[in-house]
Amino acid sequence: MLESGSRQRKVATREAYGQVLVELGKRYPELVVLDADLSKSTKTAEFAKVFPDRFFNMGIAEQNLMGTAAGLALAGKIPCVSTFAVFATGRAYDQIRNSIAYPALDVKIIASHAGITVGEDGASHQAIEDISLMRSLPNMAVIVPADATETKKAVAAAVAHRGPVYVRLGRPPVPVLFGEDYKFRFGEAVVLREGSDAVIFATGIMVGEALKAAERLAARGSQVAVVNVHTIKPLDVETVVRLARKTGAVVTAEEHTIYGGLGSAVAEVLGEHCPAPLVRVGIRDRFGESGKPDELMKAFGLTADDIIRAVEIVQKRRDCLLGK
Amino acid sequence: MNQEVEKLIKYLEEKARCLRCHIIRMLAEAGSGHPGGSLSAVEIVTALYFHVLRLDPRNPSWPDRDRFVLSKGHAAPLLYAALAEKGFFPVEELLTLRKLGSRLQGHPDLRKVPGVEASTGSLGQGLSIGLGIALAGKIDRKNYRVYVLLGDGEIQEGQVWEAAMAAAHYRADNLTAIVDYNGLQIDGPVAEVLSPLPLAEKWRSFGWEVRESDGHNFRELLEAFSWAARVQGKPSLVIARTVKGKGVPFMENAVDWHGKAPTKEQAEEALAALKVL
Ligand SMILES: Cc1ncc(C[n+]2csc(CCOP(=O)(O)OP(=O)(O)O)c2C)c(N)n1
Ligand SMILES: [Mg+2]
Repeated sequence: MLESGSRQRKVATREAYGQVLVELGKRYPELVVLDADLSKSTKTAEFAKVFPDRFFNMGIAEQNLMGTAAGLALAGKIPCVSTFAVFATGRAYDQIRNSIAYPALDVKIIASHAGITVGEDGASHQAIEDISLMRSLPNMAVIVPADATETKKAVAAAVAHRGPVYVRLGRPPVPVLFGEDYKFRFGEAVVLREGSDAVIFATGIMVGEALKAAERLAARGSQVAVVNVHTIKPLDVETVVRLARKTGAVVTAEEHTIYGGLGSAVAEVLGEHCPAPLVRVGIRDRFGESGKPDELMKAFGLTADDIIRAVEIVQKRRDCLLGK
Repeated sequence: MNQEVEKLIKYLEEKARCLRCHIIRMLAEAGSGHPGGSLSAVEIVTALYFHVLRLDPRNPSWPDRDRFVLSKGHAAPLLYAALAEKGFFPVEELLTLRKLGSRLQGHPDLRKVPGVEASTGSLGQGLSIGLGIALAGKIDRKNYRVYVLLGDGEIQEGQVWEAAMAAAHYRADNLTAIVDYNGLQIDGPVAEVLSPLPLAEKWRSFGWEVRESDGHNFRELLEAFSWAARVQGKPSLVIARTVKGKGVPFMENAVDWHGKAPTKEQAEEALAALKVL
């Protein structure tokens, strides 16, 4: 299932989206695509070339973008709507809330350029709170793919799913973690690595960092489980509880604010089902800034090393509780 | 021929009176809600539901049906009254408006009420939804038409103009918007709060065909709707000049009657006025 380190290619998740959209367009005649003057960046331009009659460029007008998608869904279409994550979820929040989520329409919001890895464009373009906004909406599902392979399977699953889905994609090329045999099941977290010394629940591009962290920890004799939480809503509560119980030390990792995203979702589950020490790796209540993606990941504490530190802290807390 | 038109207009006038009575009874029973903007649009909605729209109340999701989107969702009592009279659900249910467990939410919920085409209430969103339905109709080569009712205050929302621009760009001639031009919003006259005037010039410059109509005169409204159906290559707009609170003398043109329900006594007075109408 996991691609080996040496063979790792890098592909942007938005790139994979552009490709799978064309395949899905062939499979689903009712699939239509809408964009807001960013089709070259979101990669919906590929679909527009192949299916010009089923592609609508709605211009720089995100509120109408979402509303028009709602109308298309009401008339039996499956709209995939794309723009940058910050504009999709922020600029058109009320339209998503009232025109799409409340009536539970079959609209797929597939947003690119999420997180700080947008890079040089800076904070105005870096959605760090989009998971939080979408997760709090009733009826809305939230998926964050970890790599190109998962993106294709996740988008296909989102289109097959009935109801609104938010899919979060990124700008830069990221390592391809999974082979073609990788199985994606909507709502089912994937245990990529078993271990009983601690567990890392990661999402999106932090899954790769979590795997690196676990590998380095293993070299030091610490067996840490890694779980890819690709579907943040509905959350796979069973898997979270099982591994939290097994390890008693929980780390979450996301390229997103620690408020309202994966870390919060896991904290809610721990709080209600099996209180356990938790350390959240994520953006700590600040906006992003300009820089190269990998520089920013370091500056914001979102690397394998940061995850390792979090694991060590949470293990200490657990041991302290156990009186060790 | 002329006699038939007379008959139709008599029928529509009677329906309009009936819808107004429902609105008053519903609001009085609910104890809250929006009479002014419900009453101003009665003739518009009556003309659509009882003459223009091709609908099948026994099959509310008939794919070829015409669509009506109540973008100014606070006029829900009017929409519910029309749907009930049309046979989408029992008339008795109207009095459950706004009560716990009722399908008749304060603002329309398309998942609850058969015949409701869009969940609205957050102003400014209905024209986009109507445009989406119209574009789907174009893709599928269906000949249904889409009608969207906007408030004259509502069109202060930027999204309305995004949708207006897009509808003209995509030549959505199966889309007709109606502005309920009653001149009032919550805080006062639209011209004083934030003037959306001049209406016709704005919409024309956005690429729409525009026509004005007396919003309480069925002859003019029917003519306007048949004109709209003939417009080709562009979306069409009917500016319907109306009176907020129309039909209930003490509510007419009174800003205060935008969003409060009549007491039982006021409702009696309103119904008495409507009976002699
Ligand atoms: C986005 C949004 N902002 C504010 C409101 C509150 N609101 C409800 S009705 C109304 C005034 C509407 O005026 P108009 O569009 O002229 O409607 P009408 O006069 O036909 O009742 C306002 C501000 C709302 N429902 N939605
Ligand atoms: Mg008004």
